Amino acid sequence: MQSHLALLAMFGFFVSLVFAVIAKDEPRDQLRFGGLMFGGFLASAFVLGWLMYPFPL
Amino acid sequence: MRATAAEETQSGTLVLLCVASWAIPGAGHLWLGRRTKGLIFLVALPLMFAIGLALRGRLFPFDLSEPLVGLAAVADLGIGIPYFIASSLGYGIGEVRAVTYEYGNAFLIVAGLLNLLVVIDAFDVAMGRK
Repeated sequence: MQSHLALLAMFGFFVSLVFAVIAKDEPRDQLRFGGLMFGGFLASAFVLGWLMYPFPL
Repeated sequence: MRATAAEETQSGTLVLLCVASWAIPGAGHLWLGRRTKGLIFLVALPLMFAIGLALRGRLFPFDLSEPLVGLAAVADLGIGIPYFIASSLGYGIGEVRAVTYEYGNAFLIVAGLLNLLVVIDAFDVAMGRK
């Protein structure tokens, strides 16, 4: 697999999963916390990606 | 002040718990009866580590002359027994030319660091803080 987006999503999924399970005890809270964190990963990747778009390296 | 026998036994058990939790991700939580959490860690962290290896990531050597390489090696080691299994089987050489090399490194390093967080969490649970 070489898709940057898919790899980023997979990375975000695992990190969000572990953090949610560590930080919260109730499944409902874990789902909410993990979902927000995963969404944050994806949203920040899109925002940073577009911010870097005009700057070729 | 000398520790009592009970305190020494408890601290010995705590050390054993932390070592088990480091060596086998999730083992500390399983030991403490947190079965669901333990199983999630037991599956997720080694899987993340294996994905890092499959993405041609590198298990960094303990090269203290290169501080960042040394720190990455410590982070890699954080995953416990899977690190030694992968090393002994010759995985984790790292393919710098692979497109996924840096992703692989990120997966390997973060899996180790997350496992260290899991060890700290198991310690907190054992101490009754959570």
